[in-house]
Amino acid sequence: MIRVILPPHLRTLAKISGEVTLEVGGRATQRSVLDALEAQYPMLCGTIRDHVTQQRRPFLRFFACEEDLSHESPDAALPEAVVRGSEPFLIIGAIAGG
Amino acid sequence: MSKVRVLVGTKKGAFIMESDGKRDKWEVSGPHFAGWEVYHMKGSPADPDRLYASQTSSWSGQVIQRSSDGGKTWETPGGGPGKSPQGWPIGESNKFVYDTSEKTGKPLTTHQFYDGTQHPWEFKRVWHLEPSLSDPNTVYAGVEDAALFRSTDGAASWQELSGLRGHGTGPHWQPGAGGMCLHTVILDRNDPGRIYIAISAAGAFRTDDGGATWKPINRGLRSQFLPDQNAEIGHCVHHVAMHPLRPGVLFMQKHWDVMRSDDAGDNWREVSGNLPTDFGFVIDVHAHEPETIYVVPIKSDGEHYPPEGKLRVYRSRTGGNEWEALTNGLPQQNCYVNVLRDAMAIDSLDSCGVYFGTTGGQVYLSPDAGDSWAPIVRDLPAVLSVEVQTLP
Repeated sequence: MIRVILPPHLRTLAKISGEVTLEVGGRATQRSVLDALEAQYPMLCGTIRDHVTQQRRPFLRFFACEEDLSHESPDAALPEAVVRGSEPFLIIGAIAGG
Repeated sequence: MSKVRVLVGTKKGAFIMESDGKRDKWEVSGPHFAGWEVYHMKGSPADPDRLYASQTSSWSGQVIQRSSDGGKTWETPGGGPGKSPQGWPIGESNKFVYDTSEKTGKPLTTHQFYDGTQHPWEFKRVWHLEPSLSDPNTVYAGVEDAALFRSTDGAASWQELSGLRGHGTGPHWQPGAGGMCLHTVILDRNDPGRIYIAISAAGAFRTDDGGATWKPINRGLRSQFLPDQNAEIGHCVHHVAMHPLRPGVLFMQKHWDVMRSDDAGDNWREVSGNLPTDFGFVIDVHAHEPETIYVVPIKSDGEHYPPEGKLRVYRSRTGGNEWEALTNGLPQQNCYVNVLRDAMAIDSLDSCGVYFGTTGGQVYLSPDAGDSWAPIVRDLPAVLSVEVQTLP
């Protein structure tokens, strides 16, 4: 199981509290994790990555294992600790704005 | 006794305020969608308990919310073409995809960017939701970058009315300071095929065939920031209002100038008259007196607050030119708030109510057509929009 932590405003939108756990079929990448997340919570479609381009929204970041993965390829393998579920995949709202 | 329900969008959520027809005691609920900008909320004239809300943020983009019980509960309508593995509808309600050219498959058109170059359309947010006058499941969305979308399935999915962007003037449209937004949508109860829209900074446009074809309606507008001040396109229209019983008469608050048209926008004339400044954002029409109109003058394009620190609504009972200041109950010193373009509304009770919200978080009501004012609330986040429903 892959653990995902959403920013508070997206947890509210998806009507969830705490972490999300996802079964990701095949290789665990940013794309496959987000595909699984959006399948489970359809209201999140378009809120993390653009509906059309599928690019990460500029003010959101992807962190894991104390690394910023935001600029990694969406098809790059996620760290083994994320795949094992010992570390979460974090979706963070950038500090810009207020 | 009739009731009123006021729908207020703010920088940090939505608020709903309800009162009986006396309008002296209010129940306030909210914030709904806390922390998000709510650009606009509006109820369906065909089913007043059906509400639509535009929830947006710079972080997570656009969300469309729908209520079927007058705002007590909300949902993000799904119903897209597919189903999730769990059988849930795929979220499409926030998917606004611009049409491409049927011939080339490429973007339909480009627009003028701040630096004068041509720039592709990029969806940013929904500024205005206008429910159909007859069908609760049909709703129009005016968006940034400027385009008009329509949903016929209760906001579950959206299709562009691309005749607007594609009619030929698109390359001359340009963003105003607030972005290139389609912020005004007016439906005509007497002619279902007729729709008026306005865009900053392109101007006003009209369709007479339900959105298939459009034409600019800007003759008579003058804008000093344009090289050709009388250009057909490029004017920064801030808001347009129409009385439902006088569908050919339009009133406009432009970047500068208050304007009037008596021929459905084909020609405009200035009616700023004795206003202390003709810059402003809102304009609206009395529910029962089609020649009585309201504006809130703002000092200038660089100083978005009332002149002299006095918050004054101006009323004209002559369809413009002759204006009187309405001040009773409004702050007359040290007031430096703004009133944004969608932040004024009118109820249709016998004693017509006028409402407006400020960037200082106040929502003011006059239950006597402007003669006296009092705040319903005074400490909300900055108000982006105000709508009111008059309920049986």
